[in-house]
Amino acid sequence: MIYLKLFWTFLKVGAFTFGGGYAMIPLIQSEVLAQGWVTEERLIDFIAISESTPGPFAVNISTFIGMDIGGFWGAVCATLGVVLPSFVILLLIAAFFTNFKDKKGIRALLWGIKAAISGLILAAVFSIGKTVLVEINVFPSVPFFASAAIFLLMLFLLYKKKHPILIVVLSAVLGIAFNLIYNLF
Amino acid sequence: MNFRYRDLFLTYLKIGLFTFGGGYAMIPLMKRELVDNRKWITEDDILDIFAVSETTPGPVAINSATFIGYKLKGFWGAFTATFGIVLPSFVIIVLISLIFDAFMSNRIVQYAFWGIRAGVLALIFNAFIMMFKKCPRHWLAYTIAAAAFILVAFLHINAIIVIIGSALLGLSTLFFTIEEKKK
Repeated sequence: MIYLKLFWTFLKVGAFTFGGGYAMIPLIQSEVLAQGWVTEERLIDFIAISESTPGPFAVNISTFIGMDIGGFWGAVCATLGVVLPSFVILLLIAAFFTNFKDKKGIRALLWGIKAAISGLILAAVFSIGKTVLVEINVFPSVPFFASAAIFLLMLFLLYKKKHPILIVVLSAVLGIAFNLIYNLF
Repeated sequence: MNFRYRDLFLTYLKIGLFTFGGGYAMIPLMKRELVDNRKWITEDDILDIFAVSETTPGPVAINSATFIGYKLKGFWGAFTATFGIVLPSFVIIVLISLIFDAFMSNRIVQYAFWGIRAGVLALIFNAFIMMFKKCPRHWLAYTIAAAAFILVAFLHINAIIVIIGSALLGLSTLFFTIEEKKK
């Protein structure tokens, strides 16, 4: 039953995402790519759109994947799944233990998780980097260093604190320009 | 306080509709709507709420909406605020998803997405740098980070298992004092 599976998958993603947004990507890769629901390339496109549309990234990406796999009700199940753990946990905290984060045990658990997250995101960079820079198969004739050049330029702009939407728009313009020019020759 | 669910819903609908990326990008709008306009909470409350939202699982945007909603009006307040912040995202993405494949069959759009994928790689790499800055300055933390990378990138271990494992390793800090190097 695809709806139940979507709900359960995103319930897990919601329950184990710490730090929000991009910290979700390695979890989505583990849970969603492993099921063969979407290709990595399609997932990257979903990430781009989720980043450049309004609202929380987590909701956007879950709705997108749910919709892609199970249509409207798939989107409902995935979104419900990703929101539910937050909702329940925050209700409990707001109602009973506002001071939970000062508990020694909780802080120790979070210390370990905080340590792991950068490694997990680096793993996402590694696998997405492989797809984007090495295995780009849409236009095999386009040299990979063109992708690498866009990547480095955007990294520089992010370092200069430019907004993510500008990054998406500018990379789109460069992508079009590069391919049009390349196809002239 | 003269309080209506409709106002809470509309306020969060606005926050969901006008922030991009969620999380911290929401803070300025939340301050304007909740603190300056509605006077429901104070600016210090926002910082406290984000401190809590950061240390609990799930998207920071959802966490803060649920928390503030509950503080204002109990369970149904939490429900109303969370529903309000999720709804715009949900509707917009459902609509985009309906035309996505037709859109992607256009050649110019394919060229654009060829460039965008490299931009997304930069966004995620940037997220890595941010998260690495938050990594505790300690050899055990660095070891956990390196192990997490190797386990997921090369051995394809599920990220959830790695998170559970590192949380348990974090418990070891209870038994010895962690002296973090100054940043």
